[in-house]
Amino acid sequence: MSEQDNPSGAAPASPQPPAAPKPPWEEKPVLPVPRDAREHAQVRELAAAVADAVIEAVEFAGQVTVTVGRERIAEIGRACKEKLGYAFLVDLTAVDWQDRPEGRFDVVYWMHRHADSVRLRLKVRVGADTEVPSVTGVWKVADWMEREVFDMFGVYFAGHPNLERILTWEGFNGHPLRKDFPLEGIDTGAAVYPDVFPPGGGPVAGGEGE
Amino acid sequence: MSNLESIKPFPDSEEMEISFGPQHPATHGVLRVLLRLDGERIVDAKPVIGYLHRGTEKIFERETYNGTIPHTDRLDYTAAATNNQALVGAVEKIMGVTVPPRAAAIRVMLAELQRIASHTIWLGTHALDIGAQSPFFYTFEEREKILDLFEEYCGARLTLNSMRVGGQPYELTDGWVDRCRAFVDQFPARVAEWERLLTANRIWKLRTIGVGVISAASAIEWGLTGPPLRGSGVKWDVRKVFPYDRYDEYDFEIPVGANGDTYDRYLVRMEEMRQSVRILQQCLAKLPDGPVMAKVPKVIKPPKGEVYFSVEGPKGELGFYVVSDGGANPYRLHVRPACFINLQALPEMVRGLLVADLIAVIGTLDIVLGEIDR
Repeated sequence: MSEQDNPSGAAPASPQPPAAPKPPWEEKPVLPVPRDAREHAQVRELAAAVADAVIEAVEFAGQVTVTVGRERIAEIGRACKEKLGYAFLVDLTAVDWQDRPEGRFDVVYWMHRHADSVRLRLKVRVGADTEVPSVTGVWKVADWMEREVFDMFGVYFAGHPNLERILTWEGFNGHPLRKDFPLEGIDTGAAVYPDVFPPGGGPVAGGEGE
Repeated sequence: MSNLESIKPFPDSEEMEISFGPQHPATHGVLRVLLRLDGERIVDAKPVIGYLHRGTEKIFERETYNGTIPHTDRLDYTAAATNNQALVGAVEKIMGVTVPPRAAAIRVMLAELQRIASHTIWLGTHALDIGAQSPFFYTFEEREKILDLFEEYCGARLTLNSMRVGGQPYELTDGWVDRCRAFVDQFPARVAEWERLLTANRIWKLRTIGVGVISAASAIEWGLTGPPLRGSGVKWDVRKVFPYDRYDEYDFEIPVGANGDTYDRYLVRMEEMRQSVRILQQCLAKLPDGPVMAKVPKVIKPPKGEVYFSVEGPKGELGFYVVSDGGANPYRLHVRPACFINLQALPEMVRGLLVADLIAVIGTLDIVLGEIDR
């Protein structure tokens, strides 16, 4: 986000002498490549604010992603907000990497700093049955975002004031955005006719229903 | 019940819990708010959402990148063009595609027309909720003209599907620019007309000034974006902070409020419509020539990686977070919905107000449940 995609003052598309370089939209797209970002200013700043926080840092398409330890995310989030000025948590979500050995889920935090308009992504790796410390105490906005991640992925947030389902209903079986949840959906009769289908009575998706 | 009675401080008063919605015309869709009331006063409010959940993010994972665009139309269905813009912008960012200047200008025109269309719906329904019937008819008349322009450009009026990765699917039709100019030229007079109906209207002011106040610090804490943030005095707009589609080449102002109440948010949105007109006039004056589509591969396969890209939608910052595993379908495509985040601040804004003020605050947040529930 920090760079602007469109070059300013680009050449007009009128007929040009053959020597002139083609404008970028007539060339093949230049794919961004990931780069190690340990020396990036934003990462150095974070490393200075919190000791041993950075596990891995990658820059891709102008956006910096820092992988940090799961247990320390609330502490690091607080340091980012209070020491580094990332007062605005733009987005919080998760990604399911089904069979990854170092933890099934990535929980992703995307923060914004108003002073110089830069953004930084924090990422923690979470196993299927481990909890992540909640950041609702740091940014109030994280409340519904964490509820959504819990609802959609079944990631538990320790210390969340009100961790309930938000888009589906209580008693829904499974977590729809997990990769092993069937795309065609499940029989959700359980909640509509509770006397016919007891809660939790529908087919279990991924074997980890509530 | 017996427990409640035993702790009751005033035996002749009682708190009541009622469910406001989900089927209520003033909730702008299927929003349910659980209210705890002390008489007419709101003690606490709890929004209950999800009635319109369609699993859009799950559906995204089975579509190709261009195939996801029609699904974005159905998120915030009053602002399909800006939804399209956010999605194609995200995919273009991860692909490293540069859009031709003419395509960028067409996008900006569609997006600004869409912003006006969305704000006209907001104004009409918000005023209707508060009790002013007539603005609704006037605003929808203007919106109809914008939908006609959309229909002429891409054949659809609401679910536009009007952008593609790499540029625009269609060239502008003959005479579209003139018809757009005709609309743009007469529109500021319409805004002035609506302002004459409302801005100095005593009832309107009584119903909106000091209602649903949120401070600037609180607005940032709750992650508000768009007019609710700017109404609290924070000058922040994605179009200025991270210019996309050459927004940095246009001259426009970011209106801000001072008090963070419903009236200020109303003034901010009215001014935004005028600024959109300014942008449209600049687009129409210097519409670049050239192709409308960049050179992109037929099958879009972004490299492995992750990218977040956002645009300033009419409701606030609308972002898409794309995770690619190198395949032709997104591995994960997450929406950062502006309305969902803005609605979260509702309890904070209505505590201590009257039930009638809740209607005003829901209106001023300008929520669309299609985007909240996805």
